[in-house]
Amino acid sequence: MAENQALVGEYFVSGDVACAEGAISAGCRFFAGYPITPATEIAERMSIRLPQIDGVYIQMEDELASMAAVLGASWAGKKSMTATSGPGFSLMMENLGLGIMLETPCVLVNIQRGDPSTGLPTMVGQGGMMQARWGSHGSYEIIAMSPSSPQEIFDLTIVAFNLSEKYRVPVIIMSDEAVGHMSEKVVMPYVAPESLITRQRPVVSPEEYRPYQPEANLVSPMALAGEGYRFHVTGLTHDERGYPVMDAEVQDRLVRRLVDKIRVNINDIIRYKEVEIDNADIIVCAYGITARIAQMAVKMAREEGIRAGLLQLITIWPFNEERIRKLSSQARAFIVPEINYGQIVLEVERCAGDRARTVLVPHMGGSVHSPQTILEAIREASR
Amino acid sequence: MFNNCHEGPNLLYLHDLVVKLWRKSFDAEDIAIKPSQVQIDKERCKGCGYCVEFCPREILKICSELSPKGYYLAMVNDDSRCLACGFCELVCPEFAIKVYTGNS
Amino acid sequence: MIKEMNTEIFSIEKYLRQDRLPHIWCPGCGIGPTANCFLRAIERSNIDPDRIALVSGIGCTGRVAGYIKLDSFHTTHGRAIPFATGLKLANEELNVVVFSGDGDLAAIGGNHLIHAARRNIDMTVICVNNFIYGMTGGQAGPTTPFEARTTTSRYGCFEDPFNLPYLLSASGSPYVARWTTIHLRQLEKTIAEAMIKPGFSFIEVISPCPPIFGRMNKQPQGLDSMHYYQEKSVIRNGEDPKEVGMELGGPIIVGKFVDKECPTLQDHLLQVCDRAKGKSKT
Repeated sequence: MAENQALVGEYFVSGDVACAEGAISAGCRFFAGYPITPATEIAERMSIRLPQIDGVYIQMEDELASMAAVLGASWAGKKSMTATSGPGFSLMMENLGLGIMLETPCVLVNIQRGDPSTGLPTMVGQGGMMQARWGSHGSYEIIAMSPSSPQEIFDLTIVAFNLSEKYRVPVIIMSDEAVGHMSEKVVMPYVAPESLITRQRPVVSPEEYRPYQPEANLVSPMALAGEGYRFHVTGLTHDERGYPVMDAEVQDRLVRRLVDKIRVNINDIIRYKEVEIDNADIIVCAYGITARIAQMAVKMAREEGIRAGLLQLITIWPFNEERIRKLSSQARAFIVPEINYGQIVLEVERCAGDRARTVLVPHMGGSVHSPQTILEAIREASR
Repeated sequence: MFNNCHEGPNLLYLHDLVVKLWRKSFDAEDIAIKPSQVQIDKERCKGCGYCVEFCPREILKICSELSPKGYYLAMVNDDSRCLACGFCELVCPEFAIKVYTGNS
Repeated sequence: MIKEMNTEIFSIEKYLRQDRLPHIWCPGCGIGPTANCFLRAIERSNIDPDRIALVSGIGCTGRVAGYIKLDSFHTTHGRAIPFATGLKLANEELNVVVFSGDGDLAAIGGNHLIHAARRNIDMTVICVNNFIYGMTGGQAGPTTPFEARTTTSRYGCFEDPFNLPYLLSASGSPYVARWTTIHLRQLEKTIAEAMIKPGFSFIEVISPCPPIFGRMNKQPQGLDSMHYYQEKSVIRNGEDPKEVGMELGGPIIVGKFVDKECPTLQDHLLQVCDRAKGKSKT
C-alpha cells in the first residue's frame, strides 16, 4: 500500500470497488451507509479498507441516518461519503438539502437500478437523473457526474471529492448497476495528498470569523467543530453569522449565492468527452453505461457513411448548456439514449431549441440498449 | 397577570408556621451571610413567577411595573435576607437574573 | 469523579449568544432552566467548552443550539443523533451533546435514538419532554399521556405514550436519568456526570409548556406545572425503568435509573482497527 494508504497499481475490479478505492485515494476516511443492491459492495469494501487506514466505517440504521452522519463527519473534519441506490437516494433527500444549506463537502454515490420504487434491484436503470438535480426541496445547484466504466468511476470519485471541498457542496456520482457490477481493468495511480483539494480554512480569529461570509468565489472558509470557533450553523435561512434570520432579503442573498457559487464556476466543474464530433451531423448525447454503447453505434453509423458523433456527458449537473447550444447549430439532430423514459433529453431539447431535432431513445431498464437500437435512431434521423 | 397559586388562608397559615418554626438551622446564629444582590434584567423578565415562588427566603415578588414587552416584572423585595443560593438565577427561564455576592 | 458541588456562583453569560437574546421561548418554558443547568454542568465538569459540539433538531428545544456559544448545529427534524454520531466518530476528542425535544427524538428520531443507545456511542442526549409538539402549535406526540388534550387529540389522546427511560434502558443505554425542571440542582449534577461518563447517556427532563400543553391540560400557568412536579414527583434513584411510566395526573418518578459500565462503540472500533491492521491475533 502506498504512503497515502490507497491502492496503487493496475487492478481488475468492479465499478463499486473502484469507487471505494477512488474515495480512499481522494482522502475519504469516513463512510456511513446502508446496504442496498447494487451499491452494497461499496459499503462492504469500505468496511474492510477504512479500519486498515484509521478511517471509520459505520453502518447506520437507515439512509436518512447515513446522510446525516456523513454531514456530521464532514463538520468534524473528515472527508466523508455514502453510497446508495434509488430508494435510498429518495430517503436521503432531506439531509442532502441540509448538506446544501450548511454547505457541507461530501460525496453521495447513487448506483442506479430499475425503478420506480423497488423496481429491479439487481438490474441497470438511469431513472434518478432529474432527482439528482431536483430531489430535495428548494432552489439550489448541485454537482453530479456519470461515469461509464470502473476506470471512470475511480477517476470521477476523486474529482467529486475535490469539487465538493472546493465549492462546499455535496457532489453526487450518478452511476448505474451496469458500471457498478462490471469488472474491468482499473489503473489506480498514486495520488499525492498535496494534490488533493481540501476545504478552505478560516484565517481570522474566532471573534472575527463569520461562517457564511463568502470570498470572491462565493465560497466561505469552513471552521470545524472542536477548534474553538464556537460557530452556529442551521438549516434555517441564515445570514453571514450563521444565525437564522426570517427575512426575504436575507433569503434572496443566501439562495442566490448557493446557486451562483456553482454557476459562476461552471467552467471549472463541467467535464465531457467527444468522439468524432467535428463534422458530426447527428450527435448522440449519452451518459453512464449508455455512452459506451452509443460509442459503438456511432462507429457503426460512420461505417455506413453517416456523419455521426458522440457527446458523452460526464458532468450531468450543472448541465452543459453551452456545448449543446453550440453543437445545435452544427448538428441536425441530437439522439439521446437513456435508461429511463426521458430525463436528460428534456435538458438537451431545452438547449437545442429549434435549431436541431431532439430524439429520445428510451429503455425502461433491466438491460442496456443494444447498439442496433441507437443505430436505428441515428439512421432515422439522418434521412 | 401573575396569579398566586396558593389558594385559601388555611394553607397560607400553615405554610407560614412551617417556615417560621422549621426552616431555621441550628447554627443560623453563628454563620454570617455574605451580602448579596439579586439583579433582574427588565428587558428579559416575562413575569412567570418562578423566582418569586421558589426563593427559599421569599425575597422576590411580582410588582406592578411593566416590562417593555408588557409583562409584570419580578423584583427584589428584601435584599437583606438573600443567601445567594442562586436558585432564582438557575430557575429563571429567561436568563434574566444574576446574583452577585459581596466580593463580585 | 465529580467534585462535590461548591456554592461558588459564576455567570453563564459567557456561554450565551448575547446578540441573539431574548430567546423565543414562552414565559415559564422549561427549556431555559434546562439549558441553564447544561451550561453550569459544563463548568462543573471541567470539560473544555471548545471541544463541545451541541447538536439539536427541530422544535422549541431544538432552538437551544442557536442561543448557546458553543460549536452548535441546528439540523433536520429527528436527525440530530445520526449527525452527532458522524461528528463523534470523525473526531473522538469532541464531547457531543444532543439537545432536543420529545417529538424530535422519540417520534421521527426514534429509530436513531434506540440505535445510538444500542451502539453505546459516547454522547449525551438531553430530551426535554413537554409531552407535546410545541413549535407547531400543540399536536400529540409519542410521549403525550393517555387521555391528554392536544390539538390533534381533542377528545383525549387515544395512544399510550412511550416510557422513555424504559425504552432507552432496553435499547442498551448505560446511563438513564429523569428529572423535572424543579429538580435543577440534581439535573445540573446529572448532566455533568453524563457528559463525563463514556458511552451513551440519556437524560429526560420533564418541562412545563404553559401556553400549549399546560393550557389544554389544566395547568395554564407555568407555576401550575411546577407545583405539580413538586407535589407529584418522587425521587427513586435506581428504580427499575419499567416502573417509571407516567399517566395524566399521576406521579412522576425521577432520579438516576441506570448507571452501569459498558464498553463503548469507540472501544469496539479500536479493536476492529487493530484486527484490520493485523496487530491483534484474534
